[in-house]
Amino acid sequence: MSLIDLANPTRFLALSARVLPWLAAATAILFAIGLYLSALAPDDYQQGATVKIMFIHVPNAWLSMFVWGVMSIASLGTLVWRHPLADVAAKAAAPIGAAFTFLALLTGSLWGRPMWGTYWEWDARLTSVLILFLMYLGLMALWRAVEDPSRAARAAAVLTLVGALNLPIIKFSVDWWNTLHQPASVMRMGGSTLDKSFLIPLLVMAVAFTLLFVTLHLAAMRNEILRRRVRSLQMMQASRVAFSGDVSTGSRQENASTGAA
Amino acid sequence: MMSLGPYAPFIVTSYVAAAVVVVLLIGWIVLDHRNQTERLRELERSGISRRSGRSATGTP
Repeated sequence: MSLIDLANPTRFLALSARVLPWLAAATAILFAIGLYLSALAPDDYQQGATVKIMFIHVPNAWLSMFVWGVMSIASLGTLVWRHPLADVAAKAAAPIGAAFTFLALLTGSLWGRPMWGTYWEWDARLTSVLILFLMYLGLMALWRAVEDPSRAARAAAVLTLVGALNLPIIKFSVDWWNTLHQPASVMRMGGSTLDKSFLIPLLVMAVAFTLLFVTLHLAAMRNEILRRRVRSLQMMQASRVAFSGDVSTGSRQENASTGAA
Repeated sequence: MMSLGPYAPFIVTSYVAAAVVVVLLIGWIVLDHRNQTERLRELERSGISRRSGRSATGTP
């Protein structure tokens, strides 16, 4: 099966039904391994045991940006190629991305209190991630506000691509401005500065969260395709009712005129 | 037994919050799938079907 075949929603539904159980199982196994390695990780010499928050904070922070990246590519698919599944993919990803961003903010705040002495600081990194979270909520509101999915898709695609400008700001905010947040320590020129005892659990948890996103995204896309089918069938039902109403009104008028004659 | 030191409440709250959000996300997606499948079946039972003639749920 080629990628072109997946453009057909019916084929996508069949493929997702086959793949989802395996993805869910792989995600659960990776989470079990990741949590086990996180529990075994030693305390940091400065941060103590709070370093364990990193194993969920960092994957969620990565995914908050990754999901918006996926939505941006899907938005290009909507605007440029008009791919039938593109806006389905973008719409399905938004609530999942919002949840990851919320977790990044929440766990970051819980990590910040013991390390920085504050839950929140209006610095560049924290503020730009908060803006990302608000953009996710805005997109979800837009999709709900516009009833016609194709009109909503185009407006949401433009908003998503404009919002993608925030991604490099988030990534480089720690280099461009003075912030409380530490600079990049894993994805940086010259390699990671993290010790293997922290890096390995972190990477396993990152892969586990990424697989969780892929699993939930496929399932949410499947739901969105079904929702659109429900909508089109309901419209067919409504037009049938309206047509049968017209026919019966017309036949009554015809009977009335025949009777009068 | 793993010792989390004086900041245990922050660490435990982080992990519990992550678990709760992930469970809510999974629950919402599962319930939504059930809801959409049931609505499609009801529409098909009432005689409304897609032009392609295949089951709208896409499952055998």
